[in-house]
Amino acid sequence: MRNYQAGYIKLALPKGRFLSPTASLLAEIGLGFQDYSDKTKQYRIRSARFPSLSAKILQEKDISIQVAVGNYDLGICGLDWIEEFLVKYPAGALVKISSLNYGEGSVHVVASAESGIANLNDLSDGRNDYRIVTEYPNLAEAFALNLRMRRFRIFPVWGAAEAYPPENADLAVLWGKSGADIATQGLIPLKRLLPVTAFLIANRESLENKDLSQILTCFAAKLTAEPPTSIENGLDISEELKVSRTLWQAKEINLALPDGHQQAPASQFLKQAGLALQGYSEEVSSRRPSADLDWLGIKVIRPQDMPLQVANSNFDLAITGEDWLLEHLYRFPSSPVKKLFALGFGTVKIVAAVSQEMPVADIDELRSLVQSSKFAPLKVASEYINIADRYLRDNHINPYKLIPTWGASEAFLPEDADMLIDNAQTGKTLKQHKLKIIDVLFRSSACLIANKDSLASPDKKEKMEFLTQKLRAGLL
Amino acid sequence: MQDLLPEDMLRFRLIEDVFRTCCLNWGYQEVRTPTLEYLHLFTATGTLTPSMLSKVYSFLDWDGWSGERVVLRPDGTIPVARLYIDNLSGQELARLFYVTNIFAFEGTGKENRERWQCGAEFFGGAKLAPDVEIILLAEEVIRRLGISNVGLQLSHAGLVKALLKELKLSPGEEAKMTNRILEGNWQALTKAKSTNPEIERLIAALLGLKGKSSSFLYNVRASFPKASQDFKSSLEDLINVTTLLDNLGCSYKIDITAIHGFEYYTGICFQFLAAGEKIGGGGRYDSLVPFMNGEDIPACGFALYVDPIMKLLPLEKERRGDCGILVKGKELTPEIVKTCFAVAESLRDAGHPAELDFTGRKESNYRWVVLVSGKEPSPFVLTDCIQRRRRDAASIAEILKVVSEG
Repeated sequence: MRNYQAGYIKLALPKGRFLSPTASLLAEIGLGFQDYSDKTKQYRIRSARFPSLSAKILQEKDISIQVAVGNYDLGICGLDWIEEFLVKYPAGALVKISSLNYGEGSVHVVASAESGIANLNDLSDGRNDYRIVTEYPNLAEAFALNLRMRRFRIFPVWGAAEAYPPENADLAVLWGKSGADIATQGLIPLKRLLPVTAFLIANRESLENKDLSQILTCFAAKLTAEPPTSIENGLDISEELKVSRTLWQAKEINLALPDGHQQAPASQFLKQAGLALQGYSEEVSSRRPSADLDWLGIKVIRPQDMPLQVANSNFDLAITGEDWLLEHLYRFPSSPVKKLFALGFGTVKIVAAVSQEMPVADIDELRSLVQSSKFAPLKVASEYINIADRYLRDNHINPYKLIPTWGASEAFLPEDADMLIDNAQTGKTLKQHKLKIIDVLFRSSACLIANKDSLASPDKKEKMEFLTQKLRAGLL
Repeated sequence: MQDLLPEDMLRFRLIEDVFRTCCLNWGYQEVRTPTLEYLHLFTATGTLTPSMLSKVYSFLDWDGWSGERVVLRPDGTIPVARLYIDNLSGQELARLFYVTNIFAFEGTGKENRERWQCGAEFFGGAKLAPDVEIILLAEEVIRRLGISNVGLQLSHAGLVKALLKELKLSPGEEAKMTNRILEGNWQALTKAKSTNPEIERLIAALLGLKGKSSSFLYNVRASFPKASQDFKSSLEDLINVTTLLDNLGCSYKIDITAIHGFEYYTGICFQFLAAGEKIGGGGRYDSLVPFMNGEDIPACGFALYVDPIMKLLPLEKERRGDCGILVKGKELTPEIVKTCFAVAESLRDAGHPAELDFTGRKESNYRWVVLVSGKEPSPFVLTDCIQRRRRDAASIAEILKVVSEG
């Protein structure tokens, strides 16, 4: 039973794209938080004006879930992540209060200009098996079901969905500034699913039982009628979008390289190995860099997505982290993905950490504590769901609840989770947030992975060996 | 989610036994399909509605890196149609039946997420006689189960489709309207504005009137001479079935809304109602097999819903009370235990259920109790729990004789 008398109101605020405009809005309506800025290293912030109001800065993807489960009374996040949640859990505890009228772009369904798909009718009439790549798997599924697509497969990705069509996906459901902007990436927008504006959301139980009026009054001047959340007809493309066609040609061997933090060390490593690439440096970065080997196709995607993509033969080789490979193999034990060798950079420890206040020093003591029902069920935040699940089962922690996160799991402790399983380079960040490591699950560094079938294929074998030898040389 | 307790299982097995016996008597053969099927089997157009698909339990299998998802069977007919296409399509006719569980998310807590169905499907049977056959088979099962005051409602998917076509909606609007109707929102049909007042009149008449014989359909035919050809041909189809049912003395009500959740029906549709609940339904689905890449095979079928039917069956008195025998050991000596097991085995061999007890607890609800004392000359005391009489018995043969004579 939640306590409605205490008067504390918890607000979830977004990181990233909506941080700046949200901070401005809060300042304007007299709800400003001093530490809510791009530079802050804190997750927990308090309101100067309302002593009973506290806020936490979270990844946008986490906000709708956290508000729905009741960890926060109110939240602000993009409509895309709200609808991604609501389309799957319409009877859930999440209430949209109002659009806050800032935001940019829309979620679109797009196809590659090379795919031969020109409009939605081509999809519902066809008997093909469509591969849909997306950061919004629930929205993508609802779209496919409503369109009565007869056969489709959805590939959830952590990002870079625009890089997949046409060779690795037929459709993508992704965010884009505008139809014209999407067209410049060689993609045809088929339908605009919803505009992405920031929304004020609330937990239903809080809204029904708790006095939030002081805070809601501050928003009063900004609350407007809800803009249309879905557009029924396909986007009007009569404006003749100039779709820039990516020159794409099937290659014999396909290699996936990482973006994000791993890009700089990976680029350095490839240079060391003597593989000359164009378009994979800090200065010039492309989703499709080119190499001086005409049979080699290269694409830059998220390291988290690589094992699945290699398993599906979209790539023969990839540079990813051992952590993400293990995460994949725990989910799909018979997957045809194999680690060839570690590359020696991007080394992190995968750790289990708890609040410094928790009276346990190791996992055995934690097990006893959970058994004594003081922390039952144990709430565990992790971006490695399968690794965390295996670890908790192997260590006989029972009962437990997993909270999937999109990074920065430390933000969840101690209020919204009891333990995290995450990567740590030095452990400094954990200490800053008053957390302590109680176990190191394993060490992970970047590694080269391959599709087993490609390794055994007579057509690919020679070139695969050539490339792996070349990369192995980079280790020296 | 719910447990089925011993009393529930007595009712469940009664329904299953009556259903199996009736189906076998009508020449149907039993089949069973796997609990896990591929999701794409159910996403094909014309099978389940988007609303139903949004409630299926689907997930990636342990080897699901290719993105191919599996699903806990959300419907009984589609897997049986797949089974027919994969294994039996060489047969001109296939009469199949099954008892199966189906799974769908249910968020209100009022219904179960796992439900049981007894279903029969007739592949290769073109319209009219097979339509009547499945209705009569379903009715026979319900009758033999002893459920009274059951209403049979008839409709025709072709009539509804013809009406929708007449509304001349855009393809998107028509798909939405179909979804609303299949989810039970028939009022949406009356709200749809048509340029043709004749259509509005027809919709109002069909939603407002419920006929009880084919005469009603003759009246509809006469009152709406300008209805479309598709409508007229479906109406003719329904007239033919109802005339046959009239001749066979089967009573029913014509209610155009008697089409439940499935989009695959093409012809006559029916449902059975008892105590205000739907207890079964079915119809003709000639497009389903070709849609699933099978041959152009007509088909029809029905399913009875076990969960609501269980609630309607009178509480079975403990069946064990009719024929159960309790074999009690007076003491827990090796000799007495051995004799008890021997008595129970002989009783079971003779076809009498026999339960053992060495706890000395007070027995209840048995037809006979055999007390084994092991003391000669009468090592057994036999109690007739109905007549409340006791007698000594000298041997197992004597016990068997008395019990068999009742």
